Amino acid sequence: MSDTHAQTVAQVRDTMLPPAPPPRRETGAIHWLRENLFSGWLNIVLTILAIWLVWTVLSGFVPWAWRGIWGAGSLTECRQIRDQLYPAGTSVACWSVISERWQQLIFGFYPPGGYWRPPVALAVFLVAVLPILFTDLPRRLLWLTVAAPFLIFFLLWGGTIWGPLTMALGVVLGGVVWLTGRRTGSPLVTLVATILVPLLFWMFLAKPLAAELAQLAPWGLPRVASKDFGGFTLSVVIGLSAICLSLPLGVLLALGRRSDMFFISKIAIAYIELIRGVPLIVWLFTAQLLLNYFLPRGTNFDLMLRVIIMATLFAAAYIAEVVRGGLAALPKGQYEAADALGLDYWQAMRLIVLPQALKISIPGIVNTFIGLFKDTTLVAFIGMYDPIGLATAIRASTDWQGIYWEIYVFIALVFFIFCFAMSRYSIWLERRLERSHR
Amino acid sequence: MKTSVMLGTLALAGLAGAVQAATLDDVKARGTLNCGVNTGVTGFGAPDANGNWAGFDVDYCRALAAAVLSDPQAVNFVPTTAQTRFTALASGEIDILARNSTWTFSRDTDLKFDFIGVNYYDGQGFLAPRALGVTSAKELDGATVCIQTGTTTELNLADFFRTNNITYEPVPVATDDEAQQQYLAGACDVYTTDASGLAAVRSSFENPDDHVILPEIISKEPLGPLVRHGDNQWEDIGRWTLYALIAAEELGVTSANVTEMAAAPTENPEINRLLGTEGDLGAMTGLDNQWAVRAIQAVGNYGEVFERNIGSETPIGLARGLNALWTQGGLMYAMPFR
Repeated sequence: MSDTHAQTVAQVRDTMLPPAPPPRRETGAIHWLRENLFSGWLNIVLTILAIWLVWTVLSGFVPWAWRGIWGAGSLTECRQIRDQLYPAGTSVACWSVISERWQQLIFGFYPPGGYWRPPVALAVFLVAVLPILFTDLPRRLLWLTVAAPFLIFFLLWGGTIWGPLTMALGVVLGGVVWLTGRRTGSPLVTLVATILVPLLFWMFLAKPLAAELAQLAPWGLPRVASKDFGGFTLSVVIGLSAICLSLPLGVLLALGRRSDMFFISKIAIAYIELIRGVPLIVWLFTAQLLLNYFLPRGTNFDLMLRVIIMATLFAAAYIAEVVRGGLAALPKGQYEAADALGLDYWQAMRLIVLPQALKISIPGIVNTFIGLFKDTTLVAFIGMYDPIGLATAIRASTDWQGIYWEIYVFIALVFFIFCFAMSRYSIWLERRLERSHR
Repeated sequence: MKTSVMLGTLALAGLAGAVQAATLDDVKARGTLNCGVNTGVTGFGAPDANGNWAGFDVDYCRALAAAVLSDPQAVNFVPTTAQTRFTALASGEIDILARNSTWTFSRDTDLKFDFIGVNYYDGQGFLAPRALGVTSAKELDGATVCIQTGTTTELNLADFFRTNNITYEPVPVATDDEAQQQYLAGACDVYTTDASGLAAVRSSFENPDDHVILPEIISKEPLGPLVRHGDNQWEDIGRWTLYALIAAEELGVTSANVTEMAAAPTENPEINRLLGTEGDLGAMTGLDNQWAVRAIQAVGNYGEVFERNIGSETPIGLARGLNALWTQGGLMYAMPFR
């Protein structure tokens, strides 16, 4: 048997060939280029077009930005320095406006001694959000989350420490009433008392108490008025407040819209459609102009607060629709399983439906938040100094009149950093919360 | 919450008439003057790097605060945009609006405001490149014109070209900033807006001398502060504070010599009445007799305010023109202090 082949086959190779490298055309950069950029005549044309486009933009922008002049005191000075350094006709950026005014673009008219306060408040916010999102963190951190709104308010607006503390005391009072009432009284009375007691406390007792305590122990930070907020501080405060407040409101609206109860669902639908059907700028004008007519003359209802409320109500309608999409995407079996387990409505929502629906909705929710954050620039139209409004104010000084692109490039860059961070964070969050498709 | 809203509505209904008539008391009780200003117009009003306001209109607010509250710094500047300015005044958010607003019939009557005077006589003009070789706006037949849409300047432009029987092609733009960029980029032959704005724009150009402002002024734009209808005392205070600044220039009272002149009666009885060393003029408006002294100490007379903010020594470099005193061929004319 063994020599059968010896007669039929002329030669049999008994050693392996060493592996040869693939032909040069099939490897490395050249292969990648052929495969991805020059695989057909259409792709070749598109590639050349794209290269040409990128080149035209960058060849203008990069030297302009790179040669940019820092440290001059005015646009005229910038032009003098440029004429000394470069041949006539060179287009050069004047970044001096940024180096002179960047603090104003970030903090607005916030007192310079307090520049540390907004970043610290932001850090407190970021830490306080963590225990809500990640259940494996120590539960004690939740206390920080509860305290965070008062701490952030105190950091940003200053004043004595007693104002926020008495506000927090009202919340504690409500909690005490709720806990004692649940053991003894009827649920309805408890609920009403839980809402009423803190409200009455805030309306009648909180202010005198805070004033009294402030006299005894005047601890606090210098007070900062809302009109001194500006630049990115203003955008971030309005944006983040509206984001945090609109999420719970939006979830409630989404549940309301899918509710079987006639009035609740109709009210939710009417609210969502009305708010979504009107542009944000109209709601801002409403906040700025119309509310003044309805409130008694002399009422000092803070404009920033009005804007935050309007932005919240606006974003809530969009969040509601995003969350409704998440609710609709859940298989019916999940709802039925919750019913079969004997859970009541709120338990079913809290334990089974919402955790899954919200996870599905994360990209949409973050999308809405990014949009809302950028929409805060609209407040420039009602006379608030967000970065765009400040750009106008900066140009109004005789030093910087006639400067355009430099300020806008800076604003765009900072906005990009914020929005890109939000988007990356949401992707990371999605991966973290991945459960079903492992 | 509900009760407070109801109480608010009741208070509004009940007090609307009564409260409106006492702006002076409101301002004194508050301790600050709420003055509506621009969000930023070169020379007329803008915050600097530290948030301190300065400018031609801003100085009027400071003079008024000095007259009423004895403190030129006691002003709460409320930035208003073209859209929000009149509602802010009507709703009582601001006590007075000093924001380059043109005195027109409908604003004075239909919108229920009262203009208290004119602090700057402006008019619409044209800015053209010198290279175009035009010396008069009437030679602009067939020119492309950069124009801000939805403004009175747009209507004025149409009127001017129609009456002169020449044609033009408008290049509509949304904002002034955009208009300047378009003009510099050569998208239009000429750029038109208020002459004061043109001067400020031209001064920011790289080569201001390559551009000329054409001699024709094609519209009347009297700019002045305004207050709500119905509070004549407050209106009087605003008006006569403005007149005090103009009269001070006419009478040679400056921020440098006002303290000295107010110390003792001078030879000129009108100066004495203005500065309160003779007569009782201040009391007639509900203020004290030193009100005008404080206003002049705070910002100087009208001429000083003009020269400091927009005058020929500043980068904006506006000539007095129509805004010179009536004795020097202008229109600035203060009613007699008697």
